[in-house]
Amino acid sequence: MNSEKNKPVLELKNLHKSFGDNHVLKGFNLKLFKGENLVVMGKSGSGKSVMVKCLVGLIQPDSGSITIKDEDIIKMGHKELDILRTEIGFLFQGSALYDSMTVRENLEFPLRRHKDKIENFQGTEILVKEALENVGLADAIDLMPAELSGGMQRRVALARALILKPKIIMYDEPTTGLDPITAKEIILLMRNIQKKYNTSSLIITHDVDCARVISNRMILLVDGINYAEGTFQELSNSKDPQVQAFFKN
Amino acid sequence: MLVNIIFGLSFSFMNSSNTILTRTKSFFAEIGDMTLFAGRFFREVFSPPFEFKELLRQCYNMGNRSLLLVGVTGFILGLVFTLQSRPTLLQFGAQSWMASMVSLSIVREIGPVVIALICAGRIGSGIGAELGSMRVTEQIDAMEVSGTNPFKYLVVTRIVATTLMLPLLIIMGDAIALLGSALIENLKGDVSFLLYFNQVFDALKFSDIIPATVKSVFFGFAIGLVGCYKGYYCSKGTVGVGEASNSAVVYISMLLFVIDFIAVFVTDIFF
Ligand SMILES: Nc1ncnc2c1ncn2[C@@H]1O[C@H](COP(=O)(O)OP(=O)(O)OP(=O)(O)O)[C@@H](O)[C@H]1O
Ligand SMILES: [Mg+2]
Repeated sequence: MNSEKNKPVLELKNLHKSFGDNHVLKGFNLKLFKGENLVVMGKSGSGKSVMVKCLVGLIQPDSGSITIKDEDIIKMGHKELDILRTEIGFLFQGSALYDSMTVRENLEFPLRRHKDKIENFQGTEILVKEALENVGLADAIDLMPAELSGGMQRRVALARALILKPKIIMYDEPTTGLDPITAKEIILLMRNIQKKYNTSSLIITHDVDCARVISNRMILLVDGINYAEGTFQELSNSKDPQVQAFFKN
Repeated sequence: MLVNIIFGLSFSFMNSSNTILTRTKSFFAEIGDMTLFAGRFFREVFSPPFEFKELLRQCYNMGNRSLLLVGVTGFILGLVFTLQSRPTLLQFGAQSWMASMVSLSIVREIGPVVIALICAGRIGSGIGAELGSMRVTEQIDAMEVSGTNPFKYLVVTRIVATTLMLPLLIIMGDAIALLGSALIENLKGDVSFLLYFNQVFDALKFSDIIPATVKSVFFGFAIGLVGCYKGYYCSKGTVGVGEASNSAVVYISMLLFVIDFIAVFVTDIFF
Protein backbone atom coordinates (compact mmCIF):
# COMPACT_ATOMS: atom_id res chain seq x y z
CA MET A 1 0.00 0.00 0.00
CA ASN A 2 2.59 2.55 1.07
CA SER A 3 5.26 1.57 -1.34
CA GLU A 4 8.27 3.87 -1.25
CA LYS A 5 7.72 4.74 -4.90
CA ASN A 6 4.56 6.65 -4.00
CA LYS A 7 4.95 10.36 -3.86
CA PRO A 8 4.77 11.60 -0.26
CA VAL A 9 1.92 14.02 0.55
CA LEU A 10 4.18 15.77 2.96
CA GLU A 11 7.94 15.99 3.07
CA LEU A 12 10.41 17.62 5.41
CA LYS A 13 13.99 17.94 4.31
CA ASN A 14 16.94 18.87 6.46
CA LEU A 15 14.95 21.02 8.88
CA HIS A 16 16.93 23.23 11.25
CA LYS A 17 15.55 25.37 14.04
CA SER A 18 17.23 27.01 17.03
CA PHE A 19 15.97 29.26 19.79
CA GLY A 20 19.03 31.29 20.70
CA ASP A 21 21.68 28.80 21.75
CA ASN A 22 19.17 25.99 21.98
CA HIS A 23 19.55 24.00 18.74
CA VAL A 24 16.34 22.03 18.71
CA LEU A 25 16.19 20.58 15.21
CA LYS A 26 19.46 19.81 13.45
CA GLY A 27 18.53 18.42 10.06
CA PHE A 28 15.30 16.52 10.57
CA ASN A 29 13.85 14.56 7.62
CA LEU A 30 10.39 13.09 7.30
CA LYS A 31 8.07 11.77 4.59
CA LEU A 32 4.40 11.09 5.05
CA PHE A 33 2.70 8.91 2.44
CA LYS A 34 -0.94 8.87 1.49
CA GLY A 35 -3.17 6.90 3.81
CA GLU A 36 -0.51 6.00 6.35
CA ASN A 37 -0.26 6.58 10.08
CA LEU A 38 3.21 7.82 10.82
CA VAL A 39 4.21 8.05 14.46
CA VAL A 40 6.98 10.34 15.60
CA MET A 41 8.39 9.56 19.01
CA GLY A 42 10.88 11.55 21.02
CA LYS A 43 11.72 12.57 24.53
CA SER A 44 10.03 15.53 26.16
CA GLY A 45 11.70 18.69 24.91
CA SER A 46 13.24 17.02 21.90
CA GLY A 47 11.42 19.37 19.54
CA LYS A 48 8.42 17.37 18.36
CA SER A 49 5.97 20.20 18.83
CA VAL A 50 8.38 22.62 17.21
CA MET A 51 8.59 20.27 14.24
CA VAL A 52 4.83 20.06 13.64
CA LYS A 53 4.43 23.77 14.18
CA CYS A 54 6.96 24.32 11.41
CA LEU A 55 4.81 22.04 9.25
CA VAL A 56 1.74 24.28 9.51
CA GLY A 57 3.66 27.54 9.31
CA LEU A 58 3.29 28.56 12.95
CA ILE A 59 7.05 28.59 13.42
CA GLN A 60 9.52 29.66 10.74
CA PRO A 61 12.37 27.16 10.47
CA ASP A 62 15.92 28.49 10.13
CA SER A 63 16.62 26.35 7.09
CA GLY A 64 15.37 23.30 5.27
CA SER A 65 12.38 22.70 3.04
CA ILE A 66 8.79 21.72 3.78
CA THR A 67 6.63 20.52 0.91
CA ILE A 68 2.98 19.65 1.30
CA LYS A 69 1.26 18.37 -1.86
CA ASP A 70 4.22 19.51 -3.99
CA GLU A 71 4.07 23.04 -2.68
CA ASP A 72 6.80 24.66 -0.65
CA ILE A 73 5.05 26.15 2.35
CA ILE A 74 7.97 28.29 3.48
CA LYS A 75 7.69 30.47 0.38
CA MET A 76 3.92 30.68 0.62
CA GLY A 77 1.97 33.87 1.20
CA HIS A 78 -0.72 34.17 3.85
CA LYS A 79 -3.63 33.50 1.49
CA GLU A 80 -2.21 30.34 -0.06
CA LEU A 81 -1.19 29.08 3.34
CA ASP A 82 -4.74 29.56 4.63
CA ILE A 83 -6.13 27.57 1.73
CA LEU A 84 -3.63 24.77 2.25
CA ARG A 85 -4.39 24.72 5.97
CA THR A 86 -8.01 23.79 5.27
CA GLU A 87 -6.67 20.44 4.13
CA ILE A 88 -4.70 19.95 7.32
CA GLY A 89 -6.23 19.13 10.67
CA PHE A 90 -4.18 20.01 13.72
CA LEU A 91 -4.80 18.70 17.21
CA PHE A 92 -2.90 20.83 19.70
CA GLN A 93 -1.05 19.29 22.60
CA GLY A 94 -3.17 21.19 25.12
CA SER A 95 -6.44 21.00 23.12
CA ALA A 96 -6.38 24.81 22.68
CA LEU A 97 -10.16 25.19 22.77
CA TYR A 98 -11.34 28.81 22.73
CA ASP A 99 -12.42 29.14 26.32
CA SER A 100 -14.65 32.18 25.78
CA MET A 101 -16.82 30.26 23.30
CA THR A 102 -19.21 27.35 23.63
CA VAL A 103 -18.42 23.97 22.11
CA ARG A 104 -20.68 24.85 19.18
CA GLU A 105 -18.87 28.13 18.53
CA ASN A 106 -15.54 26.36 18.82
CA LEU A 107 -16.53 23.97 16.07
CA GLU A 108 -18.05 26.70 13.93
CA PHE A 109 -14.88 28.74 14.08
CA PRO A 110 -12.91 26.91 11.34
CA LEU A 111 -16.02 27.05 9.15
CA ARG A 112 -16.42 30.81 9.18
CA ARG A 113 -13.83 31.40 6.45
CA HIS A 114 -13.97 28.11 4.62
CA LYS A 115 -17.58 27.21 3.91
CA ASP A 116 -16.86 27.12 0.20
CA LYS A 117 -14.22 24.45 0.76
CA ILE A 118 -16.69 21.79 1.77
CA GLU A 119 -18.32 19.51 -0.79
CA ASN A 120 -22.13 19.59 -0.73
CA PHE A 121 -22.30 22.02 2.18
CA GLN A 122 -25.61 21.66 3.99
CA GLY A 123 -25.31 24.23 6.69
CA THR A 124 -23.07 24.72 9.68
CA GLU A 125 -25.48 23.10 12.11
CA ILE A 126 -25.41 19.71 10.40
CA LEU A 127 -21.63 19.68 10.14
CA VAL A 128 -21.18 20.58 13.79
CA LYS A 129 -23.60 17.89 14.90
CA GLU A 130 -21.94 15.29 12.71
CA ALA A 131 -18.48 16.17 13.98
CA LEU A 132 -19.63 15.93 17.58
CA GLU A 133 -21.37 12.60 16.99
CA ASN A 134 -18.15 11.27 15.49
CA VAL A 135 -16.46 11.81 18.83
CA GLY A 136 -19.50 10.78 20.88
CA LEU A 137 -20.21 14.15 22.49
CA ALA A 138 -23.44 15.27 20.84
CA ASP A 139 -24.85 16.33 24.22
CA ALA A 140 -22.04 18.75 25.01
CA ILE A 141 -22.87 21.14 22.18
CA ASP A 142 -23.92 24.08 24.34
CA LEU A 143 -21.40 23.67 27.16
CA MET A 144 -18.35 25.84 27.71
CA PRO A 145 -14.91 24.17 27.47
CA ALA A 146 -14.32 24.83 31.18
CA GLU A 147 -17.33 22.61 31.95
CA LEU A 148 -15.75 19.62 30.20
CA SER A 149 -13.27 17.12 31.58
CA GLY A 150 -9.79 16.90 30.08
CA GLY A 151 -10.69 13.87 28.00
CA MET A 152 -13.88 15.50 26.71
CA GLN A 153 -11.92 18.62 25.82
CA ARG A 154 -9.49 16.50 23.84
CA ARG A 155 -12.40 14.94 21.96
CA VAL A 156 -13.97 18.31 21.18
CA ALA A 157 -10.57 19.47 19.97
CA LEU A 158 -10.42 16.39 17.79
CA ALA A 159 -13.85 17.17 16.38
CA ARG A 160 -12.74 20.71 15.66
CA ALA A 161 -9.59 19.55 13.92
CA LEU A 162 -11.63 17.23 11.72
CA ILE A 163 -14.60 19.42 10.88
CA LEU A 164 -13.23 20.55 7.51
CA LYS A 165 -12.59 16.90 6.57
CA PRO A 166 -8.85 17.42 6.14
CA LYS A 167 -6.73 15.08 4.05
CA ILE A 168 -3.78 15.29 6.42
CA ILE A 169 -4.15 15.26 10.18
CA MET A 170 -1.45 16.07 12.71
CA TYR A 171 -1.94 14.98 16.27
CA ASP A 172 0.38 16.48 18.88
CA GLU A 173 0.33 14.03 21.78
CA PRO A 174 -3.34 13.05 21.53
CA THR A 175 -3.25 10.81 24.61
CA THR A 176 -0.89 12.58 26.99
CA GLY A 177 -2.43 13.40 30.33
CA LEU A 178 -5.39 11.05 29.89
CA ASP A 179 -6.13 7.88 31.82
CA PRO A 180 -5.39 4.61 29.94
CA ILE A 181 -9.05 3.92 29.18
CA THR A 182 -9.81 7.35 27.77
CA ALA A 183 -6.52 7.22 25.91
CA LYS A 184 -7.61 3.99 24.29
CA GLU A 185 -10.92 5.55 23.29
CA ILE A 186 -9.13 8.44 21.66
CA ILE A 187 -6.84 6.05 19.78
CA LEU A 188 -9.82 4.07 18.52
CA LEU A 189 -11.49 7.28 17.43
CA MET A 190 -8.38 8.27 15.52
CA ARG A 191 -8.33 4.89 13.81
CA ASN A 192 -11.99 5.04 12.87
CA ILE A 193 -11.63 8.49 11.43
CA GLN A 194 -8.61 7.40 9.45
CA LYS A 195 -10.59 4.51 7.96
CA LYS A 196 -13.73 6.55 7.36
CA TYR A 197 -12.08 9.43 5.51
CA ASN A 198 -8.85 7.76 4.34
CA THR A 199 -6.64 10.47 5.79
CA SER A 200 -2.89 10.53 6.19
CA SER A 201 -1.92 11.08 9.79
CA LEU A 202 1.16 12.30 11.57
CA ILE A 203 0.98 11.33 15.22
CA ILE A 204 3.34 12.67 17.82
CA THR A 205 3.45 10.75 21.01
CA HIS A 206 5.59 9.17 23.66
CA ASP A 207 2.91 6.66 24.50
CA VAL A 208 4.16 3.24 23.42
CA ASP A 209 0.68 1.68 23.50
CA CYS A 210 -0.64 4.38 21.22
CA ALA A 211 2.26 3.83 18.84
CA ARG A 212 1.72 0.06 18.80
CA VAL A 213 -1.97 0.30 18.00
CA ILE A 214 -1.94 3.02 15.43
CA SER A 215 1.39 3.18 13.62
CA ASN A 216 2.17 1.90 10.15
CA ARG A 217 5.62 3.36 10.40
CA MET A 218 7.62 5.17 13.07
CA ILE A 219 10.36 7.76 13.28
CA LEU A 220 12.38 8.40 16.41
CA LEU A 221 13.45 11.99 16.96
CA VAL A 222 16.67 12.05 18.97
CA ASP A 223 19.10 14.96 19.24
CA GLY A 224 17.27 16.93 16.57
CA ILE A 225 17.53 14.34 13.80
CA ASN A 226 15.48 11.37 12.63
CA TYR A 227 17.57 8.86 14.56
CA ALA A 228 15.79 5.67 13.52
CA GLU A 229 12.92 4.67 11.24
CA GLY A 230 10.87 1.53 10.74
CA THR A 231 7.74 -0.33 11.77
CA PHE A 232 6.85 -0.76 15.41
CA GLN A 233 8.10 -4.38 15.24
CA GLU A 234 11.45 -3.44 13.76
CA LEU A 235 12.14 -0.65 16.21
CA SER A 236 10.97 -2.46 19.31
CA ASN A 237 13.34 -5.32 18.46
CA SER A 238 16.25 -3.01 17.76
CA LYS A 239 19.52 -3.59 19.59
CA ASP A 240 20.45 0.08 19.69
CA PRO A 241 20.21 1.18 23.36
CA GLN A 242 18.98 4.67 22.38
CA VAL A 243 16.08 3.05 20.52
CA GLN A 244 15.48 0.46 23.21
CA ALA A 245 15.06 3.22 25.78
CA PHE A 246 11.75 4.23 24.18
CA PHE A 247 10.18 0.80 24.43
CA LYS A 248 11.05 -0.56 27.84
CA ASN A 249 8.75 0.48 30.63
CA MET B 1 43.03 45.17 50.94
CA LEU B 2 42.23 48.71 49.83
CA VAL B 3 42.88 47.77 46.28
CA ASN B 4 40.49 44.94 46.72
CA ILE B 5 37.73 47.21 47.99
CA ILE B 6 38.26 49.75 45.25
CA PHE B 7 38.33 47.01 42.73
CA GLY B 8 35.19 45.46 44.16
CA LEU B 9 33.39 48.79 44.30
CA SER B 10 34.26 49.73 40.78
CA PHE B 11 33.27 46.28 39.66
CA SER B 12 29.89 46.47 41.33
CA PHE B 13 29.42 49.94 39.90
CA MET B 14 30.16 48.63 36.45
CA ASN B 15 27.73 45.85 37.11
CA SER B 16 24.92 48.12 38.22
CA SER B 17 25.50 50.58 35.42
CA ASN B 18 25.41 47.59 33.15
CA THR B 19 21.97 46.53 34.37
CA ILE B 20 20.69 50.09 34.12
CA LEU B 21 22.04 50.22 30.61
CA THR B 22 20.47 46.94 29.57
CA ARG B 23 17.18 47.85 31.20
CA THR B 24 17.09 51.19 29.42
CA LYS B 25 17.94 49.42 26.21
CA SER B 26 15.19 46.85 26.62
CA PHE B 27 12.75 49.64 27.51
CA PHE B 28 13.44 51.42 24.25
CA ALA B 29 13.42 48.14 22.36
CA GLU B 30 9.95 47.56 23.75
CA ILE B 31 8.80 51.03 22.69
CA GLY B 32 10.12 50.21 19.22
CA ASP B 33 8.27 46.89 19.14
CA MET B 34 5.08 48.61 20.23
CA THR B 35 5.47 51.11 17.41
CA LEU B 36 5.80 48.25 14.94
CA PHE B 37 2.74 46.66 16.51
CA ALA B 38 0.82 49.92 16.03
CA GLY B 39 2.03 50.01 12.42
CA ARG B 40 0.69 46.52 11.84
CA PHE B 41 -2.61 47.62 13.38
CA PHE B 42 -2.96 50.48 10.90
CA ARG B 43 -2.12 48.19 8.00
CA GLU B 44 -4.68 45.59 8.99
CA VAL B 45 -7.51 47.79 10.24
CA PHE B 46 -8.37 49.06 6.76
CA SER B 47 -8.01 45.81 4.82
CA PRO B 48 -10.78 43.20 4.56
CA PRO B 49 -12.06 40.87 5.93
CA PHE B 50 -13.59 42.99 8.69
CA GLU B 51 -14.73 41.37 11.91
CA PHE B 52 -17.76 43.57 12.63
CA LYS B 53 -19.57 41.09 14.80
CA GLU B 54 -16.60 40.58 17.07
CA LEU B 55 -16.03 44.35 17.18
CA LEU B 56 -19.59 44.93 18.36
CA ARG B 57 -19.23 42.20 20.95
CA GLN B 58 -16.03 43.78 22.27
CA CYS B 59 -17.60 47.26 22.41
CA TYR B 60 -20.59 45.88 24.27
CA ASN B 61 -18.43 43.94 26.71
CA MET B 62 -16.14 46.85 27.49
CA GLY B 63 -18.97 49.32 27.92
CA ASN B 64 -20.99 46.91 29.96
CA ARG B 65 -18.16 45.92 32.24
CA SER B 66 -16.92 49.47 32.92
CA LEU B 67 -20.26 51.30 33.16
CA LEU B 68 -20.84 50.91 36.87
CA LEU B 69 -17.22 51.49 37.81
CA VAL B 70 -16.94 54.66 35.73
CA GLY B 71 -20.32 55.88 37.00
CA VAL B 72 -19.46 55.43 40.67
CA THR B 73 -15.99 56.90 40.28
CA GLY B 74 -17.30 59.89 38.37
CA PHE B 75 -20.02 60.57 40.91
CA ILE B 76 -17.63 60.45 43.87
CA LEU B 77 -15.15 62.55 41.96
CA GLY B 78 -17.78 65.25 41.50
CA LEU B 79 -18.88 65.10 45.14
CA VAL B 80 -15.40 65.25 46.61
CA PHE B 81 -14.11 67.89 44.29
CA THR B 82 -17.02 70.21 45.03
CA LEU B 83 -16.91 69.59 48.78
CA GLN B 84 -13.21 70.33 48.87
CA SER B 85 -13.38 73.51 46.83
CA ARG B 86 -16.40 75.03 48.55
CA PRO B 87 -14.68 76.49 51.64
CA THR B 88 -11.97 78.17 49.59
CA LEU B 89 -14.42 79.68 47.13
CA LEU B 90 -16.65 80.82 50.01
CA GLN B 91 -13.71 82.60 51.59
CA PHE B 92 -13.33 84.71 48.48
CA GLY B 93 -17.05 85.09 48.06
CA ALA B 94 -16.76 83.43 44.72
CA GLN B 95 -19.34 80.76 45.25
CA SER B 96 -21.10 81.55 42.02
CA TRP B 97 -18.01 80.47 40.17
CA MET B 98 -18.31 76.96 41.46
CA ALA B 99 -20.16 75.51 38.47
CA SER B 100 -17.80 76.92 35.90
CA MET B 101 -14.67 76.03 37.83
CA VAL B 102 -15.74 72.44 38.50
CA SER B 103 -17.02 71.80 35.01
CA LEU B 104 -13.92 73.18 33.33
CA SER B 105 -11.47 71.21 35.41
CA ILE B 106 -13.49 67.99 35.20
CA VAL B 107 -14.18 68.12 31.48
CA ARG B 108 -10.76 69.33 30.47
CA GLU B 109 -8.49 67.37 32.72
CA ILE B 110 -9.58 65.41 35.75
CA GLY B 111 -12.43 63.47 34.20
CA PRO B 112 -10.52 62.09 31.21
CA VAL B 113 -7.38 61.25 33.18
CA VAL B 114 -9.09 59.61 36.15
CA ILE B 115 -11.52 57.61 34.03
CA ALA B 116 -8.77 56.54 31.62
CA LEU B 117 -6.70 55.35 34.58
CA ILE B 118 -9.68 53.41 35.91
CA CYS B 119 -10.16 51.87 32.46
CA ALA B 120 -6.46 51.03 32.27
CA GLY B 121 -6.98 48.88 35.34
CA ARG B 122 -10.30 47.51 34.19
CA ILE B 123 -10.02 47.12 30.42
CA GLY B 124 -6.26 47.22 29.73
CA SER B 125 -5.31 44.60 32.26
CA GLY B 126 -8.28 42.48 31.18
CA ILE B 127 -7.13 42.52 27.57
CA GLY B 128 -3.56 41.71 28.63
CA ALA B 129 -4.67 38.76 30.71
CA GLU B 130 -7.16 37.45 28.15
CA LEU B 131 -4.86 37.57 25.14
CA GLY B 132 -1.98 36.39 27.30
CA SER B 133 -3.79 33.27 28.38
CA MET B 134 -4.95 32.69 24.81
CA ARG B 135 -1.32 32.87 23.72
CA VAL B 136 -0.13 30.55 26.47
CA THR B 137 -2.80 27.91 25.83
CA GLU B 138 -2.11 28.08 22.07
CA GLN B 139 -5.58 29.41 21.24
CA ILE B 140 -4.00 32.12 19.10
CA ASP B 141 -2.05 29.47 17.18
CA ALA B 142 -5.25 27.47 16.77
CA MET B 143 -6.96 30.50 15.22
CA GLU B 144 -4.10 30.99 12.83
CA VAL B 145 -4.26 27.35 11.75
CA SER B 146 -8.01 27.48 11.19
CA GLY B 147 -7.77 30.29 8.69
CA THR B 148 -8.71 33.30 10.81
CA ASN B 149 -6.13 36.00 11.15
CA PRO B 150 -5.83 36.28 14.95
CA PHE B 151 -4.37 39.77 14.70
CA LYS B 152 -7.52 40.99 12.95
CA TYR B 153 -9.91 38.97 15.04
CA LEU B 154 -8.40 39.66 18.46
CA VAL B 155 -6.15 42.69 18.28
CA VAL B 156 -7.75 44.97 15.69
CA THR B 157 -11.24 44.55 17.14
CA ARG B 158 -10.06 45.27 20.67
CA ILE B 159 -8.03 48.35 19.78
CA VAL B 160 -10.88 49.79 17.70
CA ALA B 161 -13.30 49.00 20.51
CA THR B 162 -11.28 50.79 23.20
CA THR B 163 -10.70 53.74 20.87
CA LEU B 164 -14.44 54.08 20.31
CA MET B 165 -15.63 53.28 23.81
CA LEU B 166 -13.26 55.34 25.93
CA PRO B 167 -14.52 58.74 24.71
CA LEU B 168 -18.07 57.57 25.39
CA LEU B 169 -17.20 56.32 28.86
CA ILE B 170 -15.36 59.54 29.62
CA ILE B 171 -18.25 61.73 28.46
CA MET B 172 -20.59 59.68 30.59
CA GLY B 173 -18.25 59.84 33.58
CA ASP B 174 -17.91 63.63 33.20
CA ALA B 175 -21.67 64.03 33.11
CA ILE B 176 -22.13 61.96 36.25
CA ALA B 177 -19.34 63.87 38.00
CA LEU B 178 -21.11 67.14 37.23
CA LEU B 179 -24.32 65.64 38.57
CA GLY B 180 -22.53 64.82 41.82
CA SER B 181 -21.19 68.34 41.99
CA ALA B 182 -24.67 69.77 41.34
CA LEU B 183 -26.04 67.63 44.12
CA ILE B 184 -23.61 69.13 46.65
CA GLU B 185 -24.33 72.65 45.47
CA ASN B 186 -28.03 71.91 45.68
CA LEU B 187 -27.84 70.52 49.20
CA LYS B 188 -25.30 72.92 50.66
CA GLY B 189 -25.63 76.04 48.61
CA ASP B 190 -29.29 76.15 47.57
CA VAL B 191 -28.41 76.26 43.89
CA SER B 192 -31.07 74.57 41.78
CA PHE B 193 -30.02 71.87 39.33
CA LEU B 194 -31.33 74.02 36.50
CA LEU B 195 -29.26 77.01 37.49
CA TYR B 196 -26.19 74.87 38.08
CA PHE B 197 -26.32 73.24 34.66
CA ASN B 198 -27.08 76.58 33.04
CA GLN B 199 -23.87 77.86 34.52
CA VAL B 200 -22.04 74.73 33.42
CA PHE B 201 -23.12 75.11 29.81
CA ASP B 202 -22.29 78.79 29.91
CA ALA B 203 -18.78 77.98 31.03
CA LEU B 204 -18.04 75.10 28.69
CA LYS B 205 -17.02 75.97 25.17
CA PHE B 206 -16.35 73.73 22.24
CA SER B 207 -12.71 74.62 22.60
CA ASP B 208 -12.85 72.82 25.96
CA ILE B 209 -14.85 69.80 24.88
CA ILE B 210 -13.23 68.99 21.55
CA PRO B 211 -9.60 68.78 22.72
CA ALA B 212 -10.73 66.69 25.69
CA THR B 213 -12.58 64.31 23.40
CA VAL B 214 -9.68 64.03 20.98
CA LYS B 215 -7.45 63.34 23.94
CA SER B 216 -9.73 60.57 25.16
CA VAL B 217 -9.64 58.95 21.73
CA PHE B 218 -5.88 58.71 22.13
CA PHE B 219 -6.30 57.41 25.68
CA GLY B 220 -8.54 54.64 24.34
CA PHE B 221 -6.09 53.79 21.60
CA ALA B 222 -3.24 53.59 24.10
CA ILE B 223 -5.20 51.29 26.41
CA GLY B 224 -6.11 48.92 23.57
CA LEU B 225 -2.69 48.99 21.97
CA VAL B 226 -0.60 48.31 25.06
CA GLY B 227 -3.04 45.74 26.48
CA CYS B 228 -3.06 43.84 23.19
CA TYR B 229 0.69 44.12 22.71
CA LYS B 230 1.45 42.77 26.17
CA GLY B 231 -1.03 39.93 25.82
CA TYR B 232 -0.22 39.02 22.24
CA TYR B 233 3.49 38.64 22.97
CA CYS B 234 2.99 37.11 26.38
CA SER B 235 5.73 34.73 27.44
CA LYS B 236 4.92 31.15 28.33
CA GLY B 237 3.38 30.08 31.58
CA THR B 238 0.90 31.51 34.04
CA VAL B 239 3.63 33.82 35.34
CA GLY B 240 3.72 35.30 31.85
CA VAL B 241 -0.02 36.00 31.94
CA GLY B 242 0.15 37.81 35.28
CA GLU B 243 3.16 39.72 34.07
CA ALA B 244 1.37 40.68 30.84
CA SER B 245 -1.68 42.09 32.58
CA ASN B 246 0.36 43.78 35.27
CA SER B 247 2.87 45.46 32.99
CA ALA B 248 0.06 46.45 30.64
CA VAL B 249 -1.40 48.60 33.43
CA VAL B 250 1.99 50.09 34.31
CA TYR B 251 2.82 51.00 30.72
CA ILE B 252 -0.66 52.32 29.99
CA SER B 253 -0.64 54.56 33.07
CA MET B 254 2.71 56.01 32.08
CA LEU B 255 1.59 56.46 28.51
CA LEU B 256 -1.63 58.18 29.58
CA PHE B 257 0.31 60.90 31.38
CA VAL B 258 2.65 61.33 28.45
CA ILE B 259 -0.32 61.69 26.08
CA ASP B 260 -1.99 64.06 28.53
CA PHE B 261 1.11 66.22 28.68
CA ILE B 262 1.39 66.36 24.90
CA ALA B 263 -2.32 67.09 24.59
CA VAL B 264 -2.18 69.98 27.05
CA PHE B 265 0.88 71.31 25.27
CA VAL B 266 -0.77 71.16 21.85
CA THR B 267 -4.08 72.57 23.11
CA ASP B 268 -2.20 75.45 24.66
CA ILE B 269 -0.75 76.35 21.27
CA PHE B 270 -3.95 76.11 19.26
CA PHE B 271 -6.73 77.29 21.56
N1 LIG C 1 8.71 29.61 21.31
C1 LIG C 1 9.82 29.09 21.84
N2 LIG C 1 10.81 29.89 22.26
C2 LIG C 1 11.95 29.38 22.78
N3 LIG C 1 12.19 28.09 22.93
C3 LIG C 1 11.25 27.22 22.54
C4 LIG C 1 10.00 27.67 21.98
N4 LIG C 1 9.25 26.59 21.67
C5 LIG C 1 9.98 25.53 22.04
N5 LIG C 1 11.17 25.89 22.56
C6 LIG C 1 12.23 24.99 23.02
O1 LIG C 1 12.34 23.96 22.08
C7 LIG C 1 12.56 22.72 22.72
C8 LIG C 1 11.58 21.71 22.17
O2 LIG C 1 10.28 22.05 22.55
P1 LIG C 1 9.02 21.20 22.09
O3 LIG C 1 7.82 21.91 22.64
O4 LIG C 1 9.08 20.98 20.65
O5 LIG C 1 9.24 19.83 22.85
P2 LIG C 1 8.41 18.49 22.65
O6 LIG C 1 9.29 17.54 22.00
O7 LIG C 1 7.12 18.78 22.02
O8 LIG C 1 8.21 18.06 24.16
P3 LIG C 1 6.90 17.51 24.89
O9 LIG C 1 6.87 16.08 24.65
O10 LIG C 1 7.14 17.83 26.33
O11 LIG C 1 5.73 18.25 24.32
C9 LIG C 1 12.43 22.97 24.20
O12 LIG C 1 13.74 22.95 24.73
C10 LIG C 1 11.84 24.34 24.32
O13 LIG C 1 12.45 25.00 25.39
MG1 LIG D 1 5.17 18.87 22.55
